[in-house]
Amino acid sequence: MDLARTEVAKEPPGPAEAAPRRRSRRGGAARLGLMALPVAFFGVFFAYPVAAIVVRGLKTEGRGGGWQFGRIAEVLGDSGIRHVLWFTTWQALVSTALTLLIALPGAYVFARFDFRGKDVLRAVVTVPFVLPTVVVGTAFLALVGRGGLLDELGGVRLDTTVWAILLAHVFFNYAVVVRTVGGLWAQLDPRQEEAARMLGASLLGAWRKVTLPALGPAVAAAALMVFLFTFTSFGVVQILGGPTFSTLEVEIYRQTSEIFDLTTAAVLTLVQFAAVGMILAVHAWTVRRRETALRLVDASLTARRPRGAGQWALLAGVLATVVVLILLPLGVLVERSLDAPGFGYYKALTSDDSGIFLVAPIEAIGNSLTYACAATAIAVLVGGLAAAALTLRTRPRGDGKTPVTDHLVRGFDALLMLPLGVSAVTVGFGFLIALDEPPLDLRSSWILVPLAQALVGVPFVVRTMLPVLRAVDERLREAAAVLGASPWRVWREVDLPLVRRALLIAAGFAFAVSLGEFGATVFIARADNPTLPVAVARLLGRPGDLNYGQAMALSTILMVVCAVALLVLERLRADRTGEF
Amino acid sequence: MLLRIEGATVRFDGRPVLDGVDLGVAEHEIVCVLGPSGSGKSTLLRAVAGLQPLDAGRVSLDGHDQSGVPAHKRGVGLMFQDHQLFPQRDVAGNVAFGPRMHGAAKDERASRVRELLELVGLPGAARRRVGELSGGEQQRVALARALAPRPRLLMLDEPLGQLDRSLRERLVVELRQLFAELGTTVLAVTHDQGEAFALADRVVVMRDGRIAQSGTPLEVWQRPADEFVARFLGFDNVVDATVTGQAADTPWGKVPVPEGSAQGPGALLVRPAGVRLVDAADGLRCTVAARTFRGTHVSVHLQPEGAPRLEAACALRDAPDPGDQVGVAFDAAEILVLGGDPAA
Repeated sequence: MDLARTEVAKEPPGPAEAAPRRRSRRGGAARLGLMALPVAFFGVFFAYPVAAIVVRGLKTEGRGGGWQFGRIAEVLGDSGIRHVLWFTTWQALVSTALTLLIALPGAYVFARFDFRGKDVLRAVVTVPFVLPTVVVGTAFLALVGRGGLLDELGGVRLDTTVWAILLAHVFFNYAVVVRTVGGLWAQLDPRQEEAARMLGASLLGAWRKVTLPALGPAVAAAALMVFLFTFTSFGVVQILGGPTFSTLEVEIYRQTSEIFDLTTAAVLTLVQFAAVGMILAVHAWTVRRRETALRLVDASLTARRPRGAGQWALLAGVLATVVVLILLPLGVLVERSLDAPGFGYYKALTSDDSGIFLVAPIEAIGNSLTYACAATAIAVLVGGLAAAALTLRTRPRGDGKTPVTDHLVRGFDALLMLPLGVSAVTVGFGFLIALDEPPLDLRSSWILVPLAQALVGVPFVVRTMLPVLRAVDERLREAAAVLGASPWRVWREVDLPLVRRALLIAAGFAFAVSLGEFGATVFIARADNPTLPVAVARLLGRPGDLNYGQAMALSTILMVVCAVALLVLERLRADRTGEF
Repeated sequence: MLLRIEGATVRFDGRPVLDGVDLGVAEHEIVCVLGPSGSGKSTLLRAVAGLQPLDAGRVSLDGHDQSGVPAHKRGVGLMFQDHQLFPQRDVAGNVAFGPRMHGAAKDERASRVRELLELVGLPGAARRRVGELSGGEQQRVALARALAPRPRLLMLDEPLGQLDRSLRERLVVELRQLFAELGTTVLAVTHDQGEAFALADRVVVMRDGRIAQSGTPLEVWQRPADEFVARFLGFDNVVDATVTGQAADTPWGKVPVPEGSAQGPGALLVRPAGVRLVDAADGLRCTVAARTFRGTHVSVHLQPEGAPRLEAACALRDAPDPGDQVGVAFDAAEILVLGGDPAA
């Protein structure tokens, strides 16, 4: 999400915004046409399964059974559930505060300082974000868990405390803050602060009066995203939480797959849905505020080498944080995976006699890649159409009223973000119970996994594509139309060449996200076709050094695949020339 | 009439941007719409191009009503203010775009590109990236691109707006020659009166979405229709006056007016050339407030007591210094009684 959001900040103001963007009345119809496939996709593969599982949970068995709304109060009154709700909320709040505290100096350093290796470092801090949550959990287990590095060195174990979870959340979300806030910070015109100082403001005063208000909405947006991710945290808590700590998402999983209490699961799903809806509404509001006119300049113009002891100390502090917080867990993960002589854990991955899977664990790599490719294709198609639909704007009517399609489209925009917040576990289980009868009997089809993964990929595709599509000057399209290009030719000749790179970046994100998807996949991946995260989780669930070592080895492989995907993305991003 | 606009009205949020505009452009005619920013002139072009639907009225080309005809089927060309060249294509790719959309064969396109780049004075630029072109070169490429599909009507939105002065003066002459040679029908809009007068067969002055005056450059220059047009053309010596016979009562005292001027209250324009400096004892007493060197003459700002400032044009060696006391006499030949009500 972070990278997608920085793009919003990059949307250039100026002629594109100032020019009247008016389309003929036919724009409304074209837009509804483009929305058809995404809406159908979300209806069938998101709304329907989620609704089905909620209905099943809240209705009594048999035909004509009544709604059991009384159960809602009953579930919410349960002290164990209340404990989960309370823990989910406060750990998310503390994680968010900690992340801001640790990452904001990083955002400043990345935005305003120029130092050697900055680009590489920027990629490094982003790696955790595209890492599967299972890998993050595993890495911290290797660092602070039983037999972990700290345990060996000083007998310190944090996996029984909440600190392991909090640190893993900071690790995971560091990049969200650095990229969202830093991306905007780097583009704020320093001359605005200089102007304030010329008018008599002190250094601190200028920062407080000029920079802080400009950054405020970006900080709020980043904080909300971090809160959202930590509120719905699953993989990390599943691995590091043990029996003591459980978030809503983990509890939904437990109730569904271990206790088979669908009613409780359904109520919890609704609770999470309501909470996430609220978070997203606040988020949309801050984004709208952020898009108000800010003076933005090219980021490369605002950074300079640190000067004076204070600035060097700040840089050193941020670098030390990155090393301890990000490089150390990843390093320990790799180190643990190599703990057996002669790559023993990696070799063990190729044998299928462990009894955990029907196949050798190594085959999970092939499965994961296949699924992720299919999911990427689906996400790019659906998300691309959705972004195109959201870009078309209808002409303001002569009477100043908003056309009906505009309201529809705004609702559609919000709908696209929902999969980020609805319990992935619910979606996965919903797939199993809703898509099992004709005409949509996909239970035994391999496409089920990519479909579920694509759901999470679509919001990323939309958020990456939208700012770029919106930044295409409407008059460029008009120039093509006046030269004789039909609307379809305009899209092919003007939009597509300009957004090709954004499309690739979006595809990369969808790929990384699909690769790491765990909550839904754990339900629907078949036993003989596990994905990498599912295989890691299963290995960790078994006792013994060999299983532990294999989990580390598989996690390392997954990390490398994700990191390579990310580096390719960063390269694409750096290649950008001209406007884009 | 090749183009006929009747009662064209466009409203944004209830506010009229075009307000019942009637305008015709004959074949091979060059018409220039002149007006300050916000007067609706760009919207007029967009309406003709089919990029802006009309709320009322209609646009006809060759006698055919264009309502419901989308932009890409109207066969008109539009050169945008900031050119809007396609950044991802080279010069040839930009020029060939129109013919390609109209299904021209490859070799036909190539020869058309060569021909047009020759015409606009950029032979051999075909493979250059548009990002590396100078402002003037971009303008030429945009023109070649607009001409390439042989539009029946070429529209130019502030064609020379972003170029520097000397280049603008040269290009406006080139453009006029080029359009005469090609017999192109042109509808251009600009806020620069010099550009309009140099380019157009006919000038149309717009104000607040309405047409304030239409005529040849000479007519408009010599007889501005009202105070707005006069002030827009740069005349500042405009005052309320009451005309009786061959004289007018003004804040500057009695001023002679030409024979046959409209009688009664109205607005009076005194061209700077009509303000003659005489001995301080004769005529209207003024203090010289400022003087500006204009190249061929000196513009002198005069402050009479208790009356609006006057601008006078003086020969270089006759110009008084700021602070001098002078007298002013008026020349009836350079005075005009304006029609319409004075602008607020």
